[in-house]
Amino acid sequence: MSKKMHIKLKVNGKDEEFLAEPRELLIYTLRERLNITGPHIGCETSHCGACTVTINGKSVKSCTMFAAQADGAEVTTIEGIGGPDNLHPLQEAFREHHGLQCGYCTPGMITRASKLLEENPNPTEEEIRFGMAGNICRCTGYQNIVKSIQAAATEMNAAKEAAE
Amino acid sequence: MIPVAFEYYRPKDMAGVLSLLEEHGDDARVMAGGHSLIPMMKLRMADVSHLIDLQDVDGMSEIEIDNDAIRIGAMVTQADIIDHPELAKVAPILREAALQIADPQVRYMGTVGGNVANGDPGNDMPGLMQCLDANFTVIGPDDEREIPARDFYEAAYMTAREDEEVLTAVTIPRPAGGYAYEKQKRKIGDYATAAAAVQIVKDGDKCASASIAMTNLSDTPIYSEAAGAALVGTSVDDAALTAAVAAMWGDIDPTEDNRGPVAFKNHVAGIILRRAIERAWSRA
Repeated sequence: MSKKMHIKLKVNGKDEEFLAEPRELLIYTLRERLNITGPHIGCETSHCGACTVTINGKSVKSCTMFAAQADGAEVTTIEGIGGPDNLHPLQEAFREHHGLQCGYCTPGMITRASKLLEENPNPTEEEIRFGMAGNICRCTGYQNIVKSIQAAATEMNAAKEAAE
Repeated sequence: MIPVAFEYYRPKDMAGVLSLLEEHGDDARVMAGGHSLIPMMKLRMADVSHLIDLQDVDGMSEIEIDNDAIRIGAMVTQADIIDHPELAKVAPILREAALQIADPQVRYMGTVGGNVANGDPGNDMPGLMQCLDANFTVIGPDDEREIPARDFYEAAYMTAREDEEVLTAVTIPRPAGGYAYEKQKRKIGDYATAAAAVQIVKDGDKCASASIAMTNLSDTPIYSEAAGAALVGTSVDDAALTAAVAAMWGDIDPTEDNRGPVAFKNHVAGIILRRAIERAWSRA
């Protein structure tokens, strides 16, 4: 048993503070300690992307980061992107365009897609497929995920233009 | 998958890192992005009692380009390489290779230093750095030294870096001529079945010099001097390509694993090298 560490995180805008063993992976911190269960555990080997969260502006697989590494960081999960009463345009688009079937990969997909659209608000199909390559879906065949992200991009760009 | 318990440190400077390494010897490991080390710890293939996180140590996240050389700090990520327009102009092979490593999430975290220092024959940067004749800077308790990439790799996970040393930077002479990084993999995020890094300089319609290195076809990256030599003085025609591939086969030593039997790996290595040379030549 190693010495517990005092860790501070800002998760979805809320300050969190706790003691944890250094070997605690961030995905377990989120799901089991903080009860933020949007990010899922899929493969647990850095391949599937179901556990994707945004940490200090980067998409990260939270199964491959210790909570101690994230000490002091800002973390955004799907819960911080949108919820039942305030769906994010990506969530709307995934619903509208059937971008999911079982839904297991969806929180990671949308969290990653939100970062992708931030970096590239007008991605081509190829850029979407390349930018989403770290997220695996076993249901959709990806076609509808690409469609959903394209639709969300159009929607978000129109909203941005209307606001200007 | 939970790793065995360990102590975690996040020193603020290199002196702090080096004193921890001295204190704990080979029970300690430094970590940059952690995307090779953490999976190994989770699978309990790496036993690390003292984990030293380098993220708070300054001075290892810069890309510096001058007239002769490019210096890349060990903590520069694959994403940083991809997003650096000047680097893409000066050494486009780095970007071409980085885009073929893992996936976007992993590229945000995975670093150049971790990739070259880890000594995993599957990593792409070691072969690339051998092709580019890079030097690795390592710092130890007493001094700093440079180790050529072509002398760095001894066996899988065994390198010329001593346990109490930290790899801090990679320095590359500015590459000249045409380039290609060609990689065959089973899926996104997989290591190469075979990969080839090629830089070729053209003089008139003849090849003036060529540098070739192969990835994941031995227990170390393979710099194939003979394959490069087979191209020099030729017009890189079919006979020269065949000779270069044959020379490369003499240098690699693949083993059978879940990416295929030896004959298949040799076959793929030949195809990949041929494609890489052709593309590099077309850009020379």
